[in-house]
Amino acid sequence: MHGQPRKPLKQEDESLLSAKAAKLRTLQSQFFANHRDRIYTQEALDLSAKLLETNPECYTAWNYRKLAVQHNLSRSDPDYVAFLFHQELKLVENALRKNYKSYGAWYHRKWVLSKGHSSIDDELRLLNGFQKADSRNFHAWNYRRFVTSLMKRSDEDELIYTEEVIGENFSNYSAWHNRSVLLSNLFKSKAEEFPLEEKVLQEYEHVRSAIFTDPDDQSGWFYHLWLIDLTVKNYAPLLVSSWPSHGSNITLNGNNCIYGCGLSLLNSTLSDTRTLPVILYFNQAVEGINLSTVAVKSELLKEDLVWKPLSTNNSSTAQVWGAYLNLGNMELEQSKTYSIKITIGHSMGIVSSNGYQYGDPYQIAFKLCVQTASTKPVEEQGGKLTSWKDNNFQKIDHFEDSDSIVSADLHIPTTSDWCMKAIEEEITTFRDLLSEEKCKIGKLSLARLLTALDLITHQHDKRKNHTEEVLKLYTDLMELDPTHSLYYKDEHSLVLLKQITSSRESLLPYCCYYKDATEANTSYVCLRLQNLSLSRMGSFENLLWVQMLDLSHNDLRSIEGLEAMQLLSSLNLSHNKFGSFTVLGPLRSLKSLKVLDISYNKIGSHSIDTRRYLCSSPLANTEVFAWDRFEILCGSFSATKFWEAFLIFESLNLTDLNATGNAVADENFTSFIVKVLPTLKWLNSEELA
Amino acid sequence: MEELAAEKHVRYILSVEKKKDSFESVVMEHLRMNGAYWGLTALDILGKLDTVDVDEVVSWIISCQHDSGGFGGNVEHDPHILYTLSAVQVLALFNKLDVIDVDKLTSYIVSLQNEDGSFSGDIWGEVDTRFSYIAICCLSILRRLDRINVEKAVKYIISCKNMDGGFGCTPGGESHAGQIFCCVGALAITGSLDLIDKDLLGWWLCERQVKSGGLNGRPEKKPDVCYSWWVLSSLIMIDRVHWISKEKLIKFILDCQDVENGGISDRPDDAVDVFHTYFGVAGLSLLEYPGLKPIDPAYALPVDVVNQIFFSKTSTNVIK
Repeated sequence: MHGQPRKPLKQEDESLLSAKAAKLRTLQSQFFANHRDRIYTQEALDLSAKLLETNPECYTAWNYRKLAVQHNLSRSDPDYVAFLFHQELKLVENALRKNYKSYGAWYHRKWVLSKGHSSIDDELRLLNGFQKADSRNFHAWNYRRFVTSLMKRSDEDELIYTEEVIGENFSNYSAWHNRSVLLSNLFKSKAEEFPLEEKVLQEYEHVRSAIFTDPDDQSGWFYHLWLIDLTVKNYAPLLVSSWPSHGSNITLNGNNCIYGCGLSLLNSTLSDTRTLPVILYFNQAVEGINLSTVAVKSELLKEDLVWKPLSTNNSSTAQVWGAYLNLGNMELEQSKTYSIKITIGHSMGIVSSNGYQYGDPYQIAFKLCVQTASTKPVEEQGGKLTSWKDNNFQKIDHFEDSDSIVSADLHIPTTSDWCMKAIEEEITTFRDLLSEEKCKIGKLSLARLLTALDLITHQHDKRKNHTEEVLKLYTDLMELDPTHSLYYKDEHSLVLLKQITSSRESLLPYCCYYKDATEANTSYVCLRLQNLSLSRMGSFENLLWVQMLDLSHNDLRSIEGLEAMQLLSSLNLSHNKFGSFTVLGPLRSLKSLKVLDISYNKIGSHSIDTRRYLCSSPLANTEVFAWDRFEILCGSFSATKFWEAFLIFESLNLTDLNATGNAVADENFTSFIVKVLPTLKWLNSEELA
Repeated sequence: MEELAAEKHVRYILSVEKKKDSFESVVMEHLRMNGAYWGLTALDILGKLDTVDVDEVVSWIISCQHDSGGFGGNVEHDPHILYTLSAVQVLALFNKLDVIDVDKLTSYIVSLQNEDGSFSGDIWGEVDTRFSYIAICCLSILRRLDRINVEKAVKYIISCKNMDGGFGCTPGGESHAGQIFCCVGALAITGSLDLIDKDLLGWWLCERQVKSGGLNGRPEKKPDVCYSWWVLSSLIMIDRVHWISKEKLIKFILDCQDVENGGISDRPDDAVDVFHTYFGVAGLSLLEYPGLKPIDPAYALPVDVVNQIFFSKTSTNVIK
């Protein structure tokens, strides 16, 4: 019941209604008798018509009408057939006048028309009537798309129709939506008559007048964002970064520990298993990364690489792909340099989810060499408790030349001039709008446009970017529109991270050597992004090299995307806002993770788990619950209670976990986690017996 | 701020069943199965499902199953996938899925998948992404998802994605919060949420919150309590629910209560009904309102019911 005032009925209304109810009930029971006995006489049809005109929602009666049509069609008299279908169309029209939102009525009309016995000439006239009465009725718009395709009306003509509708009243989201559908079709089917560039420029002007007329009206907001996307987005898949990066040198010491690339940190899992990760990071999700599309040349290669999508879902597409180069039992010669060449796009087959092919082949070449064995075996990680206290970290003055901290942007094609001009023009007009009126869509659009501009100018030259202004705009928006403040805060975090990770110079202040106080010999590089009020993580494409990461004392709720950081071995997530174990889903694919601090979060204090479906699980039909393992490890615990923790930790090899300060971390949990993580040496900063 | 008049709502829900002869219930009799789901799930969230005569409900549900395996909205009504889901959900509430012929039910749903991966609502062929969700949700609850072509089903849903990140009934259809719930829910249950542009869709969804704190279903429309479910559950499934103000939404829902006679309406001071009562209560549950059982955003059943299905060894065996 929608929009009916809450008031007690008057006496006379009540008796009137109950008489109506009795009448309707009689009608219904007569109808059911006819339906049961398959009576399709004109009299029976009239009765069902009466029922549907009173209650168009009675779907069984529409079904009955269809059965009746099929039954009566056996009489081949063409006049009668015409009458039969006309009768149905008339009934639908009457029913729609009673309730123009009736799914059953609209579908009945489609069904009748698709039988091909009725003229469709009148349909647009009828529709125009309904669309005038309610210009946002999505049933009518759906029906319009059906009818126009049935009568083969051109997309161009329909585009003109949307222009007329918008001309009468710009506040019509349905019309803007339909315009985006029609234009998308035309860009694909008639690219020559509809050059993207010309059309997009016109559309900017068109939607601008809608937004500027009433900036609070949302009708044009999403359309405008779509246009920005059309202007700057690379639809073809591109490689954005990789690990190892092109031209890098990786040094393994005698114990097969990875050095170089700014890493002094021993990655013990990698050396234990003698594997080297190779990570490919694309601008969008792609599929088809395999032996034929990615060719690897190296004398080190003794067996084929197995490429896996790094995704928390189990789909065949992913933005990040990884493989492990198995060094196996190979005797690597001291001081010899081995070269490895990887060609991405070696053959066709890397495809984005909307069907665009990866372009020209691109080669990543890097070198691997083995250094003299260290004098004493490096102590196995986990032997010591990792302490994240400030005094264990030492600022770095400069990076070594051999370090390649950032995987630089790879071959991003240059953007056409019109794109740049279009964005610059939009920026000017939105600045004008803001000089007159402090509206949120003005600020938000400007922030997006400036970000887009930085994205495309970045490729031409590194002129002054607009990060500071964009950050300020998002800060303003948090105040201007407090209802959505966390949306702006998330955007703010992403821009800030982009700035921090954009170059070696910008990263330097956030990099430290981790120094174990008692062991002066070993010092590791740690990226410390703590205390930055980050509510969201991002820029993973620039962080593939990181082995030790401190994200503590932020406002993080999720680590979406962290699965790309395959080298990560120590991670501090303490003092954030993580609300569940499923949030930690991305960690499941981090083979090297040993040290994890999730202390002082909100795990266990929320009844609604917002990551429940973003984490692979039986609920999402992406994996089968490992009952056998669960029962062996922790059969005495309840699976309905501990399944999340089991799913996350069961595949990890942690040696050091801190989970104190979470609602979930009671004694029960402690005894559970010790069983799930047999590798654990330290729990909540205490050494396990 | 007003508080949730939980007891009054329980009484209201129980009273609706008794007013069978009112005009309203005669007009709505074809969707009694949906009504049963709304009312009973609301009762369960309010912790009062034990006030219901289980056997009576279950035997009525059984009487609505047809030879084809599908369920009608009421006795005498034709089978349709819309009511089939409600029947399955109510049986799941009572942990009684073993009383029906699951094989027949499964074949019914499987028979409705079309060549392009979409689903028809019944034998008459209306196609809508609502039906995709229903088919996928039902089969997953029955642990029979492998009986359909999931890949094609997902592809079809993605073909209904729009420039605003939302989804329509069929390709080209305008985004609508109810439809978005169905598509996001289906993608969640099939582990395909990575195919959604979460930031774009999240922005569209969070902008559904209007000044009063309520949520609308499309841009420039009035707020309505039912979107507390459609929008909120979608935002939760894509992990963007912090982009709206929970406090304002809680206030809006509570303002829509009839504190005298129980029940919740679409907007403040409108007439209440069981549909909005359910969506209001379910919305409050998603907002972690104290004293309510948590509800699962994808299966639209209480979390304990869903966990029982997926994480209890015995229940898997029973259904298999």
